[in-house]
Amino acid sequence: MSLSNTDRQLAALLRVGALLAAVIVLLILWFLFKESWALLRQVTWTRFFTDASWHPVAGLYRITPMLSATLYATLGAVLLAAPLGIASALFNQYYAPPLLAAVYRRLIGLLAGIPSVVYGFWGLTTLAPLIGRLHPPGVSLLTGILILTLMILPTVALTVDAALAAVPVASIRSAAALGLSRWGFISGVALPTARSGLASGTLLAAGRAIGETMAVLMVAGNVAGQPHSLFDPVRTLTANIALEMAYATGDHRAALFVSGLVLMGMVLVLVGVAEWFGKERSYV
Amino acid sequence: MKKWGLAAVLILMIGTAVFLLSKPADTKIDKLVLTGSSTIAPLAAEIGKRFESLHSNVRVDVQTGGSSRGVSDAKAGLADIGMASRALKDDEKDLHSFTIALDGISMILNRANAVAALDKQQITAIYTGKITNWKDVGGNDAPITVVNKAEGRSTLELFLHYFGLKNTDVKPHVIIGDNQQGIKTVAGNPDAIGYVSVGAAEYEASQGAAIKLLPLDGIVASVATVRDRSFPLSRPLNLLTRNGPTGLAKAFIEFATSPQVHDLIEAEYFVPVQH
Amino acid sequence: MSKNALATGLICLVAVLVTSVFFWLLTDLVIHGLPRLSGPFFVEASQNAGRSGGIGPIIVSTALILLVAIVTSAPLGLATAVLLSEFTRPGSLFGRLVRRSLDVLAGVPSIVFGLFGNAFFCIYLGLGFSILSGGLTLACMVLPLLIRTAEQGLQVAPNDYRLAAAALGMSRSAALTHLLLPAAMPALVAALLLAIGRAGAETAALVFTSGYVDRMPDSLLDSGRALSVHIYDLSMNVAGGDANASAAALVLIGLLLIINTIAMSLAKQWRIATP
Repeated sequence: MSLSNTDRQLAALLRVGALLAAVIVLLILWFLFKESWALLRQVTWTRFFTDASWHPVAGLYRITPMLSATLYATLGAVLLAAPLGIASALFNQYYAPPLLAAVYRRLIGLLAGIPSVVYGFWGLTTLAPLIGRLHPPGVSLLTGILILTLMILPTVALTVDAALAAVPVASIRSAAALGLSRWGFISGVALPTARSGLASGTLLAAGRAIGETMAVLMVAGNVAGQPHSLFDPVRTLTANIALEMAYATGDHRAALFVSGLVLMGMVLVLVGVAEWFGKERSYV
Repeated sequence: MKKWGLAAVLILMIGTAVFLLSKPADTKIDKLVLTGSSTIAPLAAEIGKRFESLHSNVRVDVQTGGSSRGVSDAKAGLADIGMASRALKDDEKDLHSFTIALDGISMILNRANAVAALDKQQITAIYTGKITNWKDVGGNDAPITVVNKAEGRSTLELFLHYFGLKNTDVKPHVIIGDNQQGIKTVAGNPDAIGYVSVGAAEYEASQGAAIKLLPLDGIVASVATVRDRSFPLSRPLNLLTRNGPTGLAKAFIEFATSPQVHDLIEAEYFVPVQH
Repeated sequence: MSKNALATGLICLVAVLVTSVFFWLLTDLVIHGLPRLSGPFFVEASQNAGRSGGIGPIIVSTALILLVAIVTSAPLGLATAVLLSEFTRPGSLFGRLVRRSLDVLAGVPSIVFGLFGNAFFCIYLGLGFSILSGGLTLACMVLPLLIRTAEQGLQVAPNDYRLAAAALGMSRSAALTHLLLPAAMPALVAALLLAIGRAGAETAALVFTSGYVDRMPDSLLDSGRALSVHIYDLSMNVAGGDANASAAALVLIGLLLIINTIAMSLAKQWRIATP
């Protein structure tokens, strides 16, 4: 199809807009580099892994504890939220009567709409003391994982719910005709069909878990040390930035921008993995 | 539908433009920028509000960012007035400082903790991980949860300085940002020890939070002992300027050090200074 | 059979578990916050560092930050969505590049947006801690969500429209403005509302960009405290701020609920996947 003149002008205008939108990522990367450069040119990058500890004011920049905290917290939250979220979606689709399913779906939508500070506030005042009774100090990797689970569960549940809703009615009917039990149908037909929905929901949830800041800052204890158990306090990369940024100057500030760069690296890996699964995703 | 949407977008844009441009029309407004200590910021904001109510064409902006930022911003002239919740260090003496109030730092324990007092050596040993169980200092058989402040905070610097510690030697179990997080952490954990602003701790304890304030060197931690200057771990809350203050900054500092703001200082649980 | 029964039991148990945790959280908030909620709470200025008084100026600041975010991201988002859906062949290099970079942008943690906003808008562009900086930072953050939802809306518009328009010799821009955009309007509004919902819940990106000032803003260059930042500050930095933090949290959840409900119902009419 040929384009008219106005069309060409419009297309050019739109192209500029899209380019602008696409360039933001590069701008972010550029500024993270620019702000961390003051430190990166002074210290070799290996020091972020070999220094004794994270005491940026004293010139010690070990970020591996934060890196592993972010990985553990994300992994733990995904391991918990994925089964819970998938079960919630199954409940909606195949177990609950329509009215109950609608109510439950609303409830999960609400859970998704609660801002992270509110989760953090609740976790700090209610959940942490409970876990502290089990094993002090209460603010810990476990508390962080539980709060994160609660926050990313809706992402899994709603994505999988939508994927299950797209399972063809024909396959439901033929399963019934074959006399499959409900669970037989779910495990044999529904879940395999919605496979890519499960994968993308889980990846999306993992992305949210990596990036979550305020709630984790409030409940995870923030000690920049390698955790040895679930009850050890941890500091994630995001919490590291939020906790110290307002008070940081000079190299300390630059070191926090390095944390930001590392986070961006993790996101790029995750997006790469998602790309590999090759499924279009929505961003909610 | 389309027209309606278009109209809405247009109205939004025009509204924003008008709002943006409304400022230069009203250029008589003088702005005073304060940055620095998060301990002083809530107080400075309250003083600012009262100052604004007396000077209709003045706006006082308060941004938190820690004492170090207050010092560096005042030095660089980025802020009209810096805020620092500590005395000036030797290499900062070129700044002018004005004490508006006093604050103390108190060790806090959970109210359920059997320990009634700790001496300096014990606290040092607890924070460096040499003592890890309350039974070693006369309490129950329970592991100690050490609560420390995040890097860059002046409360941390003062604490370390008073106990002669280095932050790299401290073995914390929890790291907190602001006072309230510390109080909530200790209130929620019977075996925790932490340190926060005396005023905030005294207020929360009086409101029923499950914490208690430990005496330091035998002196009760309270606003009263900070006021009579007998409490050993206290600090001045300072306003800083690069040169001798002039104009608006001078008026603000005079106001902030006058008895007209004593009620505000007491409302934030700090101690007013008699000038 | 037993496997089937076990699965049924477990799945229903999960539903009960999730529901009860949700009500636990909500009850806690309501118990602490509801007594503070009243008409004046919504309009009064906050007093005494937020312990008493209301959240009037904070609601205004929040609204202005969201306004800036939407006014700047909406045209950009719409342009990109239209380009991707109507003017790009599937699989073209440019389209793929734009999509890929939006994928990455969607995954960027909000705190990194905060870092970027602070370095770029506040310092590099010299906007300082301001509503403008905060709004622009949020605009970058919601852009991918906005584009994806708008694009889905456009794609759902019947292909017959495009064919009919082409058959009638209409230019694509005419087809777009007269047929496709009006047809996709509910989806576009839903996209905007979802973006507002996401931006409204944000804290981390705003702490270092729009700042802490809780006064009624005079212009977009003033610092303004968003509702979520207010909750964070009250619970972490202000002794005795918990009750008002709960009340503010209830207000924020209520606002987001209304926005999301409208967005969802619009999206549902339009059969867009909005998980």
